[in-house]
Parts: sequence; C-alpha cells; structure tokens
Amino acid sequence: MAGGVERALRRRIKSIQSTKKITRAMELIAASRIVRAQQRVLAARPYIEQLTAVIANLSSAGAGLTHPLLETRESIGSVGFVTITADRGLCGGYNANMHRLTERAVAREKAAGRDYRLIAVGRKGNNFFRYRNYRIDGSFAGFSETPTYEDARAIAADLMAKYESGEIDQAQLIYTRFLSLGSQRATERQLLPLDPKAITETVREEDAGSADAYEFEPSPDEILAELLPRYVEARIFGALLEAAASEQVARQRAMKAATDNANDLIKNLDRVANRARQEMITTEIMEIVGGAEGMAQATAASHDN
Amino acid sequence: MSLEVALVSPERILYTGEADMVVCRTPEGEIAFLTGHAPFVGTLEIAPVRVILTDGAEVKAAVHGGFVEVRDNKVSVLSDVAELPIQIDTARAQLALEKAERDCAESGGADCEQAIRRAKLRIAVAESK
Repeated sequence: MAGGVERALRRRIKSIQSTKKITRAMELIAASRIVRAQQRVLAARPYIEQLTAVIANLSSAGAGLTHPLLETRESIGSVGFVTITADRGLCGGYNANMHRLTERAVAREKAAGRDYRLIAVGRKGNNFFRYRNYRIDGSFAGFSETPTYEDARAIAADLMAKYESGEIDQAQLIYTRFLSLGSQRATERQLLPLDPKAITETVREEDAGSADAYEFEPSPDEILAELLPRYVEARIFGALLEAAASEQVARQRAMKAATDNANDLIKNLDRVANRARQEMITTEIMEIVGGAEGMAQATAASHDN
Repeated sequence: MSLEVALVSPERILYTGEADMVVCRTPEGEIAFLTGHAPFVGTLEIAPVRVILTDGAEVKAAVHGGFVEVRDNKVSVLSDVAELPIQIDTARAQLALEKAERDCAESGGADCEQAIRRAKLRIAVAESK
C-alpha cells in the first residue's frame, strides 16, 4: 500500500524532531555558559596585567632582564607545542581548527629540520594526535570548559621542566583567542623564551611606573626568578580561559546551525509526506470511482439483458 | 590621603579599595606600608596579608606566596593562591594539616613542610575573622 511511504516519512520527521530538541537544549546551555566563561576571562585580566606591569617596572628600575626563560637559544633543536582543544565535540570546526594549525606548525618545524614535542590539552586533541600517530609528550584533559589555575600550573610546570632540561628550546602556544562574542581566532604564539620587549610593550601607560628607585626585597634577580614562572602560568591560564569561552561560542553556533537545519528538514519532509498522503487519497478515490463505475456498468448491462 | 589597595589572584579580584595600612611578610620579615612609602617590590611568604581600612576595620587574606608592589600610594598584592576567611574551609584545612603532618613523620621533605605551613595559615586566618 502507498500508506507505507507516508508512515516512513512521519517516522523520520519524529526522529529529526527529537534530535532537534537535543541540539536546541545544547544551544541554550552553551549560550548561558558563554556569559560565565566571558566573565572568567575578564576576571583573570587584572592579575596578568599587574604581573606584567611589575616585570616592566622591575626592568625600567634597572633590574637587568636576564633569566633563562628570557634568553633565546642559539640553536633550536626541538620546539614544544601546547595545543588547547575541547574535551567534547559538537562545537563545529573548533577542534579541527586547532588540529590543523598544530599539524601545520609541526610540519613547518620538521621542514626546518627541528624536532617537536607535543603537549596536548583537551580530550579531543589527545585522541586526534594519538590516532594520527603523533608522539604526545604531555597530556592534560578533563577541564576544557572550566579550567582552574591549578590546571594551568600543572601544564606550565611540565612545559618549563622540558624547557629547563633542554628537551625543548622554544615553546609555542596554540589556542583559540577570544576577541569578542562575534570573533574568535585560532592563534599560534610564542610562549618560551619570553620576549622581554613584548612584555614591556603591553604595559598600559597608567600601570607603568616612573623610573624611581625601587626598593627590592629580596634582590631584583631573585624577584624576577619568582615572577617569570608565575607569568608563564598566568599566560597559559589566560589562554585556557579564552579557549573555554571560544569553545562555548563555537558550540552555541554549531548547535544553532544544527537546530536550523533540523527545522528546514522537518519542513521539507512534512511537505513530501503531505503530498504522499494526498496522492494516496486521490488514488483511493480513483479506485472507488472506478469501482462504482464498473458496478454501474455491470448493473446497466444486466438490465439490458 | 590613603592607600589604594588591590588584592588580586588569577581567578578574581579579592579586594580593592582604600586603606590606611597594609601589612605583609617578605622573606626578610614583616613589612607594613603606609601612605608615602617609597616604591617597593617584594616577594611574599606563605603568611597572612592584613589590610587596615580607613574606618579601622581589617581585611585578612591567606596568601600562599606572591608579590607586592608599592608605588604612588598604590599597593598591589598579586598571589596565585589567595583566600579570604569566608572562602576557607576550616575542616578541610584541618584534614590537610593532619595528612601533611603524617606525611612529614613518614618521609619528611620540603613538600610536606610547605603543606603544613599552608594548612596552618588557612586555619589561622579563618579563625581570626
């Protein structure tokens, strides 16, 4: 019977509708989390700004900016990459962008005859790089949506240990920058060695100290040795928070697209199903009319006899 | 004239506002800042930071290492781990202290001594509120 086509279509519509409910719910959840993630990004800014200002003031007040973390090594044998991905999927191209950027960066270093070390942050990145047979030297996951400072500290400790032991001579941070609600950008930035010029340049006018003679307790070099690791941690923490906010935005956008697609699908399938139903009714009427006519003819014929 | 104080951790700003005096501890010892203090940069020990407000009230925070910068009557305390008394879970700190003391008795080492100092600081700050 023709009714089978319609029933199959209605079943598909129902299944799309329940998928739509899920994507719609995820969209709303992501949207509500964006606000919180954004607030965390903003809340973390004063700390890194003040920390940067202290380093800049330290240098302008005459502390020689000399520290292993600040020195560019003469030959670079191996480059470390910290790639920040999400723990979960269903966020559009968010993770794929990170994978692509990292693969390209690794290929670039290989072409330059350098080795690489991969520190994968986030479950998705870990799975991807393991599947692609990259060597993973550091693995962190389980906090992509709500990273804490402790998480950043663990990553920084691993990275700085590799840097100090000479396992890597340079470190790049690959993450999604959260520029605004409407704009996030996949970015690669140098993390180690720290660039003293970049540090002093980012200081805002009002935070910059005069060249007054500072008092130091303990000595400037000892303070610097304490400050720089904290600075690296804070940079990583900032990147984790921005990545978390970007992830929520990406997920919200992807789920909105999925919901819209489901709506379109339902509309089209509904039309097809209605047409199928209409066709079935028409056929049935035709059959009845045909049958009635046949009967009428048969009766007329018998009367003629 | 009063001091402009900012107590900042990476996760949030714990306190900002006016104050008469800020007391904290650097490796060299306790140091207090009043208005007109010379520019100063120092590292902080695991110790309480006390902010005496203009109305005589006191804000205390458990600061587990960090930095203090003073200039132009502005005091910035930066710490990667800093807590106000209301944020401290005394029961948890007590447990941590007992665990750290056991660890110290068994193996010793700098790590557990640090842990003891952290836990003691938390308890001291929480109780003094």
